[in-house]
Amino acid sequence: MNKDALPRWIDIGLLPLINLLAALIVSGIIIAIIGENPFVAMGVMLKGAFVYKGALGYTLFYTTNFIFTGLAVAVAFHAMLFNIGGEGQAMIGGLGVGLVCIALDSLLPPFLVVVLAIAAAALFGAVWGVIPGWLQARRGSHIVITTIMFNFIAASVMVWLLAGMLMAPGQMSPETRSFAEGVGLPQIHDVLNAMGFSVAKSPLNFSFVVALLASFGVWVLIWRTRLGYVIRATGHSERAAIYAGHNPAYIIMIAMAISGGLAGLMSLNEILGVQERVILNFTSGYGFTGIAVALMGRNHPVGILFASLLFGALYQGGAELDFEFQTITREMVLMIQGLIILFSGALAYLFAPLVARIYFRLKVPSGGGDG
Amino acid sequence: MADLWIQFLLTLDATLRVAIPLILCAMAGLFSERSGIIDISLEGKMLMAAFAAGTLAALTGSAIAGLVGAILVSVMFSLIHGFACITHKGNQVISGLAINILASGLTVTLGIAIFAKGGQTPMLSREARFSSIELPFAEAAGAIPFIGPIYKEIISGHNILVWCALIAVWLTGFVIFKTAFGLRLRAVGEKPEAVDTAGISVSGLRYRAVIIAGILCGIAGAYLSIAHGAGFVREMTAGKGYIALAALIFGNWRPVPALAACLMFGFLDAVAARLQGVEVPVIGQIPTDLILVLPYVLTVVLLAGFIGKATPPRAIGRPYVKER
Repeated sequence: MNKDALPRWIDIGLLPLINLLAALIVSGIIIAIIGENPFVAMGVMLKGAFVYKGALGYTLFYTTNFIFTGLAVAVAFHAMLFNIGGEGQAMIGGLGVGLVCIALDSLLPPFLVVVLAIAAAALFGAVWGVIPGWLQARRGSHIVITTIMFNFIAASVMVWLLAGMLMAPGQMSPETRSFAEGVGLPQIHDVLNAMGFSVAKSPLNFSFVVALLASFGVWVLIWRTRLGYVIRATGHSERAAIYAGHNPAYIIMIAMAISGGLAGLMSLNEILGVQERVILNFTSGYGFTGIAVALMGRNHPVGILFASLLFGALYQGGAELDFEFQTITREMVLMIQGLIILFSGALAYLFAPLVARIYFRLKVPSGGGDG
Repeated sequence: MADLWIQFLLTLDATLRVAIPLILCAMAGLFSERSGIIDISLEGKMLMAAFAAGTLAALTGSAIAGLVGAILVSVMFSLIHGFACITHKGNQVISGLAINILASGLTVTLGIAIFAKGGQTPMLSREARFSSIELPFAEAAGAIPFIGPIYKEIISGHNILVWCALIAVWLTGFVIFKTAFGLRLRAVGEKPEAVDTAGISVSGLRYRAVIIAGILCGIAGAYLSIAHGAGFVREMTAGKGYIALAALIFGNWRPVPALAACLMFGFLDAVAARLQGVEVPVIGQIPTDLILVLPYVLTVVLLAGFIGKATPPRAIGRPYVKER
């Protein structure tokens, strides 16, 4: 009955699928209770996410957000740190983008501004991540609580700046002025159309490529570099890491800086990819979704890509539900997301004993062999 | 001068009003965390409870039905949290987070399905709410200079749930520090092995703790939607559950200091509301956003050990596994 005795494909393949199914079944029951047909709703979501013109672009656009925030959570998790501050780190990353663009877009060529803005996104996010890391490593405050607090602090800072000194003159809504012409990321549909493919318009932009590069980078970092090894070692056993001559405080701060930097990069997608100015609440909870993504993807970049695609489809499909049904709104997606976190995170091994029993029964078919 | 005094008293009155859900949730968190279960789901439970209260009060027209429903729903979510954290030894932070996100989605989804008002519940009539109780002679006492208004503005004119919250603080202190149950509860949060060795069920105690937490969050939610407010509004808890958590840490997991922290955070809130858009000589407009962020900043500073020291229960966050 030991879960370690289960083969790998069950542990990282089947169990997450069963957990996802459980979450979807409960969601389906709730949809049925409010008087809609869950199968019809599912069909609408799938069509909305993949079939309609431009749908895939939107789905991949949301996927991009989740890759960044999922990777952020995963890197911290390898050091056994629970970074739930992705939301705040992404906001501050967006602030970095905004500050660079507004300060420099009249001085430097657009290409250079964009490069600096990407660096600023990562740097600002990293700083917002490294402070809780420092507080954990040096002052012993619990990272979960500090990152929660830092989310609220970041939100307040954004309101204060966007409704104050950064607010565009003559504007009533809390946002900065638009960046100068050309300061933004290339749109994928423009690029593909220029190459002769006919692709529908969507907000999918160059950030998606950055996200894929970041995924590869995280894979190399965690499994192919010395630093990644030390991060994992520290996560497994801090004492063993100390014994091996590493400084856990330093590793914690490094891991949180990388984590925060990845979360900060999420802002590229929304700020440089679509808005081309800084708006309030552009993170819309994607930082929290990153936790679900990392959980489902088992903290591995490949798993995170799949999980991000799932959540991207959920978000885009959820937007479609809004159009098709009177009674269902986007918040339905939030509900499904909560259930997925519950089943694949907190109750990850709920079905493990059952699966183990079935597996060993099938493996040892002779009667009385499993006593 | 008298006018300024009244202004000050009104701010204190507002402080108490905004602090009530914080106080109830902080006490809820105190029970849960003292037993070793991290509870960041205070926010979600309170939101579900506020929704249940608003819905039932609107459908039945009875405030009591709303309160009972709020408590039941909140306890149900506590049990989900308990099932994940105690029975299944799942990650307590993840479970709490799941409940918070689930509550955000579920309240709006159900709200639209039931009332079709964009996630709100209808405005409640007076009978469907807990109305304020004017204490005897409040008007007459108000005429007494200086001290009279204290009685009239601060002590009189609150609804029953305000008194519930204040009694809850006393009761929490009594249960936690003066009863056998409280002793065991504290022990299970510090050293569950010891409690287990004494032949007392660790899981049983922790389940009781999270159920009590559910009841208190239920009252907090009902306060928001059917006592303080007149109906449920989406996301009406607006981070209060997290502020309560901060207050609990600030109060070092003790009832009276936690109450003080709640009142302090409530006071900041009330002051910020009062100063919104007010021009002050020399400084100009006071940045109220920065006042509202103080609870979080102060908690971080406290946790970092720069002012005092926060000592959480030792076994907090660790699922209990019997030795084999």
